Amino acid sequence: MSDTQATLDALPGVDEVPVVSYAVPDDGTRHLAELRVDPIALLERTHAECGTIGKFHLADREVVLVSGAEANEQFFRAPDSTLDQGEAYPFMTPIFGEGVVFDASPEQRQEMLKNQALKGDMMRGHATTIEAEIRRMVADWGDEGEIDLLDFFAELTIYTTSSCLIGKPFREELDSRFVQAYHDLERGTDAIAYVDPYLPGVESFEIRDRGRRTLVALVQAIIDKRIARGKVPREERDLLDVLISLDMGADYITGVFISMMFAGHHTTSGTSAWTLIELMRHPDYLAEVVAELDELYADGSEVSFQALRSIPKLEASLKEALRLHPPLIILLRVAQEELELAGHRIPAGTMVGASPRVSNRMAEHFPEPERFDPRRYLDGRQEDRLNQWTWIPFGAGRHRCVGNAFAMMQMKAIFSVILRDFEFEMTQPSESYRDDFSKMVIQLEQPCRVRYRRRPGR
Amino acid sequence: MSYTVLADLDLCQGHQMCQGEAPEVFGYDKDSDKVVVLQEFPDESQRSDVESAVTYCPAMALALRDLTEEES
Repeated sequence: MSDTQATLDALPGVDEVPVVSYAVPDDGTRHLAELRVDPIALLERTHAECGTIGKFHLADREVVLVSGAEANEQFFRAPDSTLDQGEAYPFMTPIFGEGVVFDASPEQRQEMLKNQALKGDMMRGHATTIEAEIRRMVADWGDEGEIDLLDFFAELTIYTTSSCLIGKPFREELDSRFVQAYHDLERGTDAIAYVDPYLPGVESFEIRDRGRRTLVALVQAIIDKRIARGKVPREERDLLDVLISLDMGADYITGVFISMMFAGHHTTSGTSAWTLIELMRHPDYLAEVVAELDELYADGSEVSFQALRSIPKLEASLKEALRLHPPLIILLRVAQEELELAGHRIPAGTMVGASPRVSNRMAEHFPEPERFDPRRYLDGRQEDRLNQWTWIPFGAGRHRCVGNAFAMMQMKAIFSVILRDFEFEMTQPSESYRDDFSKMVIQLEQPCRVRYRRRPGR
Repeated sequence: MSYTVLADLDLCQGHQMCQGEAPEVFGYDKDSDKVVVLQEFPDESQRSDVESAVTYCPAMALALRDLTEEES
């Protein structure tokens, strides 16, 4: 027996990890009942009652939740051969598509995405594309009016992600039908999928499957047009042409596109909306951000240029919105082999998680954790970098979101346009802007309307 | 005060953003898809570029550490 194995054997096992109490009566699925209605309460209580390592049950699955810098670091540094994300998100399988067999693991897909679209030297082109998409979205706004934040940012980010990751010709074929069907997919992420992602009688699953069929039909129509049109010169081709030339069908291609766009869509959409909400709630800081942008662009420089550079106050606002409202509240892995975690022996097959929502609000790392305070990241204070393992809206470690630089650039471009041209105000009580946590993909609860007015001289 | 540059290769994801910020200090190894620190003790004139590279590393894989008097 190796020394490592002997050390492991000496540790308390997973049975000795404390279990969180029940706040929502067990309906036969144990803590899953609470995860489906109030996941934040479940995660916060697990940490409050159990400390660094605790557990809850999703039907017959045991989930070990770790928190704090040390345990998070262990979690995030673990190689795929120890902690794997492959089977951790069963609610995604019907969205990417049943029968769409990916030859690549999630890690390999992430790697491909990074190499194809997210390298540093491709960002300049993306920034130009994104600026053009935002300007298109606000082109018919007139001098004043109202928008719904979820509808607006969800539509904008469908166009930006499709254009940057798949290609402009494909994006030009999309309209609100694609946006709506994609939204239906995101809404089909009820955590009951941990029992069965195809459970009959779940309405959001039926809407999800209809949404996916609609997307396949829309993609099929685009494919038919491409085939009828015939070959075009290389520089006019996009990823869709490449996949058609590889003889892939509409169902498979749709699955590939959904999987490429998924991580960058609801995340960027939600964070943009929350940044605007928090800035409206903090008008003094909003004024500082607007002044920063006015000054930065006073020399007539381009959004596509500045979005790739430092915009400290705006960046700090985005980071603070991410800290308070992380788009993913729990990150999960499945143990592939026995491992040590926070002083316990965790057997292979156990689901293990870390929570951005819990970690990002730990008072020992973030003074006055509930307060929106972008100054945490300014004037030499770097609460994000100093808390590398607890400031985790993008995750951390090996699988830290590969799109984070793209996302930050995109949001800097969005706010560079809308905050210079328009003023915003809330049209409903401040506390009525809140997230709907009933699905694993968290989105703003509607209505979430705001009024805009064109700034004088713009 | 002189300083040194540290790269955590477990965390590097090969984005190559640092090469844009401080090309004389950071290189890239294609085979491993990881950063290569070209100058372990860069000149003071490079400090602000190195700081930008550290700040904007998408993988939070870089660090700048000031050296103590005994070390430098």
